[in-house]
Amino acid sequence: MSYSMIERSTVPLTKEDFASDQMVRWCPGCGSHAILATLQSIFPRIGYKRENFCVVSGIGCASRFPYYVNTFGFHGIHGRATPIATGVSVSNRKLSVWVIAGDGDLMAIGGNHFLHTIRRNVDLNILLFNNQIYGLTKGQYSPTTPFGQVTKTSPYGTIEKPFDVGKLVLAAQGNFYARVVDNNTKLMGDVMYEAAKHDGTSVIEILQNCVIFNDGAHKAIADRATAPDRQLILKHGEPMIFGKDNNKGIRLGSRGLEVVTIGENGITEKDILVHDAQQQDAGLHNMLADMHWPDYPIALGVIRSVPSPTYDELLEKQMIDAKATSNIKCVDDILNSGDTWEI
Amino acid sequence: MTKKKFEVIEKESVVVKFVGDCGDGMQLTGTLFSDTSAMSGNDLSTFPDYPAEIRAPRNTVAGVSGYQVHIGREVRTIGDKCDMLVAMNPASLKANLQWVALGGTIIVDVDAFVDKAFDKAGYASNPLEDGSLSSYHIIQAPISSQAKEIAISLGMDIKDADRTKNMYALGIVAFIYDRDLKILFKQINDKFKKSPKVAEINIEVLKAGYIYAESIEAIESRFHIPTAVLPKGKYRNISGNIATAWGLLAASERSGRPLFLGSYPITPATDILVELARHKSLNARVMQCEDEIAGICSSIGASYAGSMAVTSTSGPGLSLKSEAIGLAVMTELPLVIINVQRGGPSTGMPTKSEQADLLQALYGRNGSCPCIVTAASSPSDCFEMAYNTAKLSLEHMTPAILMTDGYIGQGTELFRIPKVADMPSITPPLAKAKDPNYKPYRRDEKTLVRQWALPGTEGLEHRVGGLEKTDIFGAVSTDPINHDKMVSNRNEKVQRVADYIPEQDIIGEDSGDVLVVSWGGTRGQVYEAVKNLQKQGKKISLAHFKYIMPLPKNTADIFAKFKKIVVCELNDGQFANYLRIVHPQFNYIKYNKIKGIPFTTTELINTFNQIF
Repeated sequence: MSYSMIERSTVPLTKEDFASDQMVRWCPGCGSHAILATLQSIFPRIGYKRENFCVVSGIGCASRFPYYVNTFGFHGIHGRATPIATGVSVSNRKLSVWVIAGDGDLMAIGGNHFLHTIRRNVDLNILLFNNQIYGLTKGQYSPTTPFGQVTKTSPYGTIEKPFDVGKLVLAAQGNFYARVVDNNTKLMGDVMYEAAKHDGTSVIEILQNCVIFNDGAHKAIADRATAPDRQLILKHGEPMIFGKDNNKGIRLGSRGLEVVTIGENGITEKDILVHDAQQQDAGLHNMLADMHWPDYPIALGVIRSVPSPTYDELLEKQMIDAKATSNIKCVDDILNSGDTWEI
Repeated sequence: MTKKKFEVIEKESVVVKFVGDCGDGMQLTGTLFSDTSAMSGNDLSTFPDYPAEIRAPRNTVAGVSGYQVHIGREVRTIGDKCDMLVAMNPASLKANLQWVALGGTIIVDVDAFVDKAFDKAGYASNPLEDGSLSSYHIIQAPISSQAKEIAISLGMDIKDADRTKNMYALGIVAFIYDRDLKILFKQINDKFKKSPKVAEINIEVLKAGYIYAESIEAIESRFHIPTAVLPKGKYRNISGNIATAWGLLAASERSGRPLFLGSYPITPATDILVELARHKSLNARVMQCEDEIAGICSSIGASYAGSMAVTSTSGPGLSLKSEAIGLAVMTELPLVIINVQRGGPSTGMPTKSEQADLLQALYGRNGSCPCIVTAASSPSDCFEMAYNTAKLSLEHMTPAILMTDGYIGQGTELFRIPKVADMPSITPPLAKAKDPNYKPYRRDEKTLVRQWALPGTEGLEHRVGGLEKTDIFGAVSTDPINHDKMVSNRNEKVQRVADYIPEQDIIGEDSGDVLVVSWGGTRGQVYEAVKNLQKQGKKISLAHFKYIMPLPKNTADIFAKFKKIVVCELNDGQFANYLRIVHPQFNYIKYNKIKGIPFTTTELINTFNQIF
């Protein structure tokens, strides 16, 4: 198992150990600052030696990320962060590999790689910065921009339905999916830690604010004042209760999930669903991922975390088995295999 | 039956082509014939000739599959024309008659020459009766009816019995060319080792064909083909694609860097992926990716993490990989890209061969983006060139593109088996843990090569990527002077590879009237043509290139000593145009062919003769 295989640091590391000498060049107020700070503080908590982390990105605002983290880093090309990271992970299982990419990178140009990476269950942690806009190219709509939104390339409003990241992950047979908002760094850090411990592809969708080109895109659910009523923070094994008075909950009714109030119409805590992130069947996870404000609170935290063999370990197992059983022990053996003759 | 007396004719070499419907077993028949010949000591070259369709309609020209075998004392090509054609139906005769030498022998399965089959093949009349084959020696053999009868009598069901006809045909050919039946039977037993009964019936059918040939009047002579004059050693038959895969495995073993292949199936390169996927016992990590781009990108990630990374493809796939090759150039990581060229542009002619991707390999990327470019000259040479290309890429920290083609990739020839320990050593420039002086773009003064610092190594944490970086330190930079220096560093690093490749050799005198220049998979035909003219006393020599970028250092010195230079290649003059850029002081005459098929030695001789 990758998590248990990676060598741990014998000296305690700090957030500062993971800060590089490069000036951070994101816009003031960009959600990326909080994500960077959180990851830099979670790496010491995960506890691996600094050289065992590897951060891989694609192209976009988010993808400058590796330059700011003092460990091994690879800034790739647009859409290809996941295959590049796959090559790193498969080549060396003793690395903790993190993919940093935006909604353009992973949902548009790299959409196909994203699905296949998840399907294979490569041992990667993917942080998907979802600000629902193209930032680096200055404000064009992305595959997650809401239907009808006016942007530079959709002056009459988009006429495309957006992708829902969580539902895509689950459709691709993903085993780990979490969602957080960029202004809740405590939850973000906890979720990153859970992702690191999960072997296989972990996807964390971070609802991120772009102050310049899509300011307030997530305001309805992110605003601290209204967040308690609009966010359901899931914890494995705990009832799905939310609300500023802690009296609202999610119940499974005959037509799917329902928001109910404890104490009204005879509802008690017993009626409220208890979150099981480890359930094999993704049906309920899919319903949770599909909850949107104002009909529902948005589900945050780890929605699904199911153990499953990783591509990396299955490949290694085949290699170990082949070495044990094959007559081919070195290249000379292949060259001399089959029909040969002396002249 | 009284034993007939046969005239035995001595022949330096013969070309035999087996043709029939897809599914008639022509590839197997050809392989059995060539392997048996090789094991009897002949030199050889083979080429499968199959359509892109998996199973085209029966008895149509579109569905013809063939296998050409050239055996003899000294063989370098598959042969211009066939001495013998074995045609299992009218369509295969129609498609291949153009390749039979005048006066050559054609063996037909007369049972398949029926009205319905003439229609499907597009014959207005029976070619066996209308006089159109009068320039050839025709043997009309009852191949399928005899084979079927024997197989059924030995207990085979009708459907399987029908499929033994290729063995009857092989029996006839084996008699005429005096093949060693013991070796042939062993081959068949090995091939069908899971079903000994099938092997036994196939052998009986083959024997019947052999006896038939011995008894009929149409066959009056047999041929004796002398054994090869080759250096002593252990040999095998090998295709270019397999040799490429094995050369890569050898380079991985010698460099101590585990092999990673990220690839996507594409004709005619797929065999490399298939072969490497078999060798997990040698630490070969092989990923069949979702597309060509994922293939190269996973390889780049693997290279960053310390693997000997490879991606294999053919023309259209190389186009898809262009952007990522630029990333590997920028990050200065080793990466071997194999391009098994096919007919282009676009999807082009996937099963046919061409050399038209050269300029793409040299220049087909954004920015000033140099790669090492090499080319293999024959099926067995793919082993050495795959090894050497990987060595150059690993030691010079830069992507390298090896150009082969469908003709040498799928064709076979004899391969003298080397010992891996005798191959040159491969020493990648790995950075040492905790090296306080490590910097991502610090370079070796002599080679300009940067160090390879593997993730997981203490004290070497660093960042690379597609953005331009500062010299030595590797910080993101758009500084104009720095960019100019980095572009120049990357170019110069590749140019200095010229100090580490062999000097260009010349076949023939080092001065004269005509220098023939060629590259890659055409060596066999060009060599034979030049040798032929040299024997006639012509002052002609050959410089066949395997190192394209950079060119060998003595290239201009060689060119200067000839009155005329003719560059022949299977494209519209791409190498000639490249030479005009690198060595503009010479005049280059072009001879080009873009038909999806190799040169013939005859056409080259005629062409060169007109140049004197």
